[in-house]
Amino acid sequence: MSITYLEAIREAQAKALADDPRVFIYGQDVGDFGGAFKATKNLAAEFPGRVLDSPLSEDAIIGAAIGAAIEGMRPIVEMQYADFSTVGFNQIVNHAATLFWRTETPCPITIRLPSGGTKGSGPFHSQNMEALYAHYPGLIVMTPATVEDAYSMLLEAVAIDDPVIFCEHKYLYYHLKAEGLPLEAEPVGKACIARPGRDVTVVAYSAMVHEALEMARELATEGTEVEVVDLRSVKPLDTDTVLASVARTGRLLAVGEAFPWGGVTAEVVARVATAGFGLLDVPPQRLNARDTPVPFHPNLWGTHRPTARAMAIAVRELLRL
Amino acid sequence: MVHAIERAAAVAGSLKETYITAYRWMLLARISEEKYASLYRGGKIHGSVFLGKGQEALSVSIAMNLRKGDIFAPLIRDQAGRLAFAETLLDSTRAYLGSRQGPMRGRDGNVHRGRPREGYFAMISHLGAMIPAVAGALLARRMKGIEGTVGVASIGEGGTSTGAFHEGVNLAAVERLPLVIVIANNQYAYSTPASKQFACRNLADKAAGYGIEGLSCDGTDLAACLETLQKAVTRAREGGGTQMVFASLLRLAGHGEHDDALYVDAGLKRTPLGRDCLERAECALLDRLGTAPKQITAWRAEAVRQVEEAVSAVQHEAAPNPDEEDWCALSSRYLIDGFTC
Repeated sequence: MSITYLEAIREAQAKALADDPRVFIYGQDVGDFGGAFKATKNLAAEFPGRVLDSPLSEDAIIGAAIGAAIEGMRPIVEMQYADFSTVGFNQIVNHAATLFWRTETPCPITIRLPSGGTKGSGPFHSQNMEALYAHYPGLIVMTPATVEDAYSMLLEAVAIDDPVIFCEHKYLYYHLKAEGLPLEAEPVGKACIARPGRDVTVVAYSAMVHEALEMARELATEGTEVEVVDLRSVKPLDTDTVLASVARTGRLLAVGEAFPWGGVTAEVVARVATAGFGLLDVPPQRLNARDTPVPFHPNLWGTHRPTARAMAIAVRELLRL
Repeated sequence: MVHAIERAAAVAGSLKETYITAYRWMLLARISEEKYASLYRGGKIHGSVFLGKGQEALSVSIAMNLRKGDIFAPLIRDQAGRLAFAETLLDSTRAYLGSRQGPMRGRDGNVHRGRPREGYFAMISHLGAMIPAVAGALLARRMKGIEGTVGVASIGEGGTSTGAFHEGVNLAAVERLPLVIVIANNQYAYSTPASKQFACRNLADKAAGYGIEGLSCDGTDLAACLETLQKAVTRAREGGGTQMVFASLLRLAGHGEHDDALYVDAGLKRTPLGRDCLERAECALLDRLGTAPKQITAWRAEAVRQVEEAVSAVQHEAAPNPDEEDWCALSSRYLIDGFTC
């Protein structure tokens, strides 16, 4: 039986609801309609009274989840698109993220952000918000790149006693398939080597892992062995696994689909420069989206985001340095 | 016109007792805040001090109508309601003085304090944000099958202009949650007059737009506040859905103690809005409820004693120590991002 990334997210939510009576789902169109992407398909019928439609109010959705968490519940909220979480930004970064530190009250909420670009989605349905949320203390930010991680990390997110920003990539929803759901998983906070190689380390996360793997396959035909590190979660960020990889290769390219100023790739490069400067044979490089809003037309979008092709060019340059 | 005291007395035999209890909390709130203001001026308090002067009647009326198990999300001018609902004078003083003891441990101060798991929510500064939080807590209780509890969220007329206020009230209304939103129209949000906050003739007209009950009262009149809150809280408790209470009054202090509030229209202070609710309550006790002046003097002395005792105790408590602080914002310690640059 094959299962998609999106189905894994649906199955993880079904399991969380079945396993724990404190879990409920709240968001726009998540009830009988099953969500804009059908990530909650049939869950309202299977779990009556526990999959609730909200008004179009991102601030109130997150705020309500915080209140419910204080009451001992473990809400999963769906922001219809990651982009719209900016309307709930205040509740996330100022309320949920500060609650435990200020009051010793845990805030176990999972905020699902359907993230990232797809063809024709344009500036307001394509964004990657992980760097913004990772910037704030008190939040955990997950960026699963595989069907298995989408499933196991979402279950772990629900079990964690802190607010989790779960960045699920829309481009992977239907494209990515696995043979089945995992029985066990690496814990959150551990990166993994998605493909081993000795010549250059490419650090990626979420959909960019697959672009990096495609690039690595192409460069393998030229005799270049690229090691691809999948960060899995960007906060916490597994610096040790990245450093160990750079120790093997001496070369680093950090890739992200988000905007170029600051962000996860800058954090990775900064950490390697701070803790592993001597491991680097050449200056570390970054590859991000362009510094404009995400364009609507596929011709523009295809060059706005990093692709396997753009990564191949960057890696070849890195090898020439 | 029959005074609200007599009207309410017809339905509640113990009204005098309630009135006296409420008055004494108001007195304790006023005296404690005067003490904090004096400590602030003496440089003993970091950050700011925000007084609820003029709003004690409204604030205490919230707590007087709540029970154990209810939820209260106070805002900055709710010292009276906080004390009457759940908070000890010791904890209030600890937050202001930044003691390492008490719930906030020097991590947050002044009005940003609470014990959320006990139903006493800790406000964040962003206005309106607490309304959906209380709504969500009530939604959770409904899912858990808990009935008969009520939540109250306080806000001012300035806060009604925020998106969070609208989203929260609307969510509560749609779900018919037992939430009472109490709006103190104190005429100024920091320096901004009410005329720049809303254009409807009467702020209370907003309730109709949400499809919820709206009740108005004179926020300077303790009996009117007690009666109105009783109505609103009872309706919410009995399944009447979300309620909104509007109280008219005047902020009798600056926004904070750093603010001389010279922008306040002097004429307003001479209108009925500018009356001091504490003085009015005291007059009512003396003139209508037969309380002896000596009794009031004794209550005042007792409140002063309590405040002095709390301040003296907290001044002996240690300040937070950065070397002993764990600097950990997660409850899941194993997920701390340990890399330090």
